[in-house]
Amino acid sequence: MDLVKYAPVGQYLPRNSPLHRLDPRTKILATMALAVVLFLLRAMAGLGLFAVASLALLVLGQIPLGYALRGLRPVIFLLLLTVVLNAFFGSGGSEARTLFVLGPLVATEEGLRTGLFVGARLLLLVTITSLLTFTTSSVELADGLEWLLRPLRRVGLPGHEIAMMMTIALRFIPTLLEETERIMKAQTARGAEFGQGNIVRRAQALVPVLVPLLLSAIRRSEELALAMEARCYSSSAPRTRMKELRWGLGDAVAGVLVVAASALLVSVR
Amino acid sequence: MPDPLIACEQVHYTYLRGTPMAAVALRGVSLEVQPGELLALIGPTGSGKSTLIQLCAGLLRPTAGVVRVLGQDLWGPRADRRRARRQVGLAFQFAEYQLFEETVRRDVAYGPKNLGCSEEEIAQRVDEALRQVGLDPAGFGDRSPFSLSGGEMRRVALAGVLAMRPGVLVLDEPTAGLDPRGREELLARIQALHRQGQTIVLVTHGMEEVARLARRVIVLHEGRIVLEGSPGEVFAHEEDLHRIGLGLPEAARLVRLLQCRGLRVADALTVEDARAAIVAALRGQDRGPR
Ligand SMILES: Nc1ncnc2c1ncn2[C@@H]1O[C@H](COP(=O)(O)OP(=O)(O)OP(=O)(O)O)[C@@H](O)[C@H]1O
Ligand SMILES: [Mg+2]
Repeated sequence: MDLVKYAPVGQYLPRNSPLHRLDPRTKILATMALAVVLFLLRAMAGLGLFAVASLALLVLGQIPLGYALRGLRPVIFLLLLTVVLNAFFGSGGSEARTLFVLGPLVATEEGLRTGLFVGARLLLLVTITSLLTFTTSSVELADGLEWLLRPLRRVGLPGHEIAMMMTIALRFIPTLLEETERIMKAQTARGAEFGQGNIVRRAQALVPVLVPLLLSAIRRSEELALAMEARCYSSSAPRTRMKELRWGLGDAVAGVLVVAASALLVSVR
Repeated sequence: MPDPLIACEQVHYTYLRGTPMAAVALRGVSLEVQPGELLALIGPTGSGKSTLIQLCAGLLRPTAGVVRVLGQDLWGPRADRRRARRQVGLAFQFAEYQLFEETVRRDVAYGPKNLGCSEEEIAQRVDEALRQVGLDPAGFGDRSPFSLSGGEMRRVALAGVLAMRPGVLVLDEPTAGLDPRGREELLARIQALHRQGQTIVLVTHGMEEVARLARRVIVLHEGRIVLEGSPGEVFAHEEDLHRIGLGLPEAARLVRLLQCRGLRVADALTVEDARAAIVAALRGQDRGPR
């Protein structure tokens, strides 16, 4: 029951790789740019190139491939669903070639191809976003986000508050997973069984986990609020930073590379 | 010797195996829990105590090695883990955080209900378990567990485990975070349970508790058993204990200090024994020639 293993998307992996040393703003912008590129691609060849580039980035970020693959586990179901749904219902037009028939359902070759394409795109999207979270701590991520949201302050978007909420939420995901695991174990020791019986019974079995979990989350948030107030936290106070964000040479290089790669990929499509 | 209730053979455990965060918690631990004994498990923070008892309760699967409950390999091909889990009643550290029902009675009933007991049997077990932890079923039974004090909640949680009528009661730091009186009461309850024949494994950081309650002590350090024996035998290794960050019970330290100052006191571990030993030593000194 190592729930922590299944943390959604990737958990930050402290390393000292070139990717880890980049400014978080560079990484956020690059990830956004690459995500856009991913949706502009039309051919498998483009996706292939993209995949090769992502692999290279994983290696550059010193992320073990097995670990990266594990991060993909939660989306596998979604992936399969995408492929299957597309194979059966994807538009193949009138000249679609039939692969096989399953009752009233007809799987077409075009549909399957679309499904695989969309699936691969989803997979790569998850990969590059996990690459961001693998190589960027939640504090850096929030700092970067806050900076990027700054222009929107004029229209009333509270960038700092959003960033703070995000940091706290990210910070507590592993904690809550650990807590869930602990409570599930405690109830198992009292004879509970999870994931057995029909849906209603499964849902009922979760009550003894959810109630303590909710209580503990509320308790934690109250404690955190108290601790922040005790240190005179105020979202509007002007503050300095422990680590100032600073663009460096690496960021310039990364920026140029991303722009060049994006241009190349989009031209290949 | 009767068959052990729990037997671990060269058990290893690694958390998050196969990830960069992998942490080795146990490196080859073998132990047996005999019927009727009160075994204390001590060791510095992170030495693997909690991991070990979760393995014993069949909640974690050993990376290597075998865990047997009543002679049956927990992870063998035809293992009935449900039955084995019933034999090992594990109360986690800060067990009060597992309470969830609207009333104390219903929360304690959760375990027996999962076992499929009849209504009567459940009611009977709940009353008995509440009494065993020193809570009056009539007074507490219908209260919300969340309206109780921390110490009372802890006892309700303990009753929840006792109501399963486990062969072995495994307690992970049951007195952590309780006030002195709460601690005393709980220890007295544990001792009473043991006198009634309940087999108990007690994980603790309190050396006084070990000296007072345990017949046998196992010391874990970095996932290995480093010392094992009666409290007297284990606490005789003061240097070794110090090296891994543990110490002696206060009373035993006092006696040691007096011995260093030249008073001829017999070794003692508990406050009562130390008092008797010191009184005897002083009497002897008065009478004897200087
Ligand atoms: N869920 C977990 N994920 C990863 N590592 C863990 C987990 N639980 C424990 N560990 C690690 O396993 C080792 C043993 O932990 P364990 O909780 O068994 O120690 P312990 O002896 O109970 O300590 P304590 O006295 O603090 O309760 C520690 O190094 C700990 O960091
Ligand atoms: Mg522990």
